[in-house]
Amino acid sequence: MRYQQIIYDGLWRNNTGFVQLLGLCPLLAVSSSVINGLGMGLATTLVLASCNLAVSSVRHWIPNEVRIPIFVLLIAAIVTAIELLMKAFYYDLYMVLGIFIPLIVTNCAVIGRAEAFASKNVPLASLLDGIMVGLGFTLALVLLGGMRELLGHGTLFAQAELMFGQLGKSFSLSFGDNYKGFLLAILPPGAFFCLGLLIAGKNWLDARATVSQPLYFKEAVTTPPSS
Amino acid sequence: MQALKPTLWRTTSRLTLFAFVGAILIVGSYHSTRQQIVHNEKMTLLQTLNGLIPPSSYDNDLVNDSIEMENRAFLGSAKPMTIYRARKQKQAVAAIINSIAPDGYSGNIYLVVAVNYDGTLAGVRVLSHQETPGLGDYVEERRSKWILGFNQRALNNPEEAGWKVKRDGGVFDQFTGATITPRAVVKAVYKTLLFYQQYRDAIFVEQVSH
Repeated sequence: MRYQQIIYDGLWRNNTGFVQLLGLCPLLAVSSSVINGLGMGLATTLVLASCNLAVSSVRHWIPNEVRIPIFVLLIAAIVTAIELLMKAFYYDLYMVLGIFIPLIVTNCAVIGRAEAFASKNVPLASLLDGIMVGLGFTLALVLLGGMRELLGHGTLFAQAELMFGQLGKSFSLSFGDNYKGFLLAILPPGAFFCLGLLIAGKNWLDARATVSQPLYFKEAVTTPPSS
Repeated sequence: MQALKPTLWRTTSRLTLFAFVGAILIVGSYHSTRQQIVHNEKMTLLQTLNGLIPPSSYDNDLVNDSIEMENRAFLGSAKPMTIYRARKQKQAVAAIINSIAPDGYSGNIYLVVAVNYDGTLAGVRVLSHQETPGLGDYVEERRSKWILGFNQRALNNPEEAGWKVKRDGGVFDQFTGATITPRAVVKAVYKTLLFYQQYRDAIFVEQVSH
């Protein structure tokens, strides 16, 4: 039951991209296409899972007063090690995702999960939390990337071959060769507009779900008036 | 004060310990991956170079046969730029010159310009840039064939007046909505050719020792 809660929170209810609005820097910077978004999302998931696992494993040795500097030390060391290992053993993948990895250091969701979750929970739950929050972030990036790519270029999954090899070429969709493109969607302001629309869309979905629930449940979640 | 002392000692020692662990992790992964990374980068570089000059046309160790030269006026940067030299049986075949177009729409455009020994262009590629996506990025080979239009060109093909985009009266296409980027690339390629013409002997000088 608790694990289901972690999965639901990470993917949807507390989605890093749409609800917590953590990690806006990488979210807005690299979401100009689906493939870019997917790459950044997967790299972030890997970092989140490893950092959560590491922090959770050593949580009893971390003095409360200096926990933040220690998290920063661990995260920086792990991100650097991941970048080096990827560069050495998965160079093709590194050529695609590599440019995103230094950007992950600017993602405060990583230290956010270390502080809010991994430092208080057992390693297995923390690992799951890292993966789910990462996948939730990936979902946000892919949706935002898809929206911007579709509006901006009139394509979807363009350059999928960078990530999936020759197979990826067949994924690429193009909607009309005469589409001139909508430049604003590709530029940074477009990222803000599209993110705003997606957040509104998520809130609308959530509100609809609440309305359709039985009345007694709705009353239970409202805060009682203070006496 | 007395109560603070044990806490202070504990936090300091733990922080030091974790800094040490982090340092070991980084040093360890750096040393265990360094050689493999150098090898990977060399292979990728070779792939780029072979895309410009066919591997059958030279027989030297292209990646390691390089020279650094600086020339702000011609190569677009005050820093030394790397030039790779292709040779066959010790005879110069071509030079692959790293060059910069400093006047793009948004920052430097990094180019590699491959020049055959006789001064004709073997090809040009854009290594990296920050031009507007969807407009200026048509200088990339994977996005359009534009960059291939430099193949076989030379200082006298077209003559100097033709080394411009069409809007400025030259022979090279511009892109709809983006003239600055191709203009900058054409200019940088032309200046790199001038550099080659002037310094050809210096470029192909044999390395005395390594």
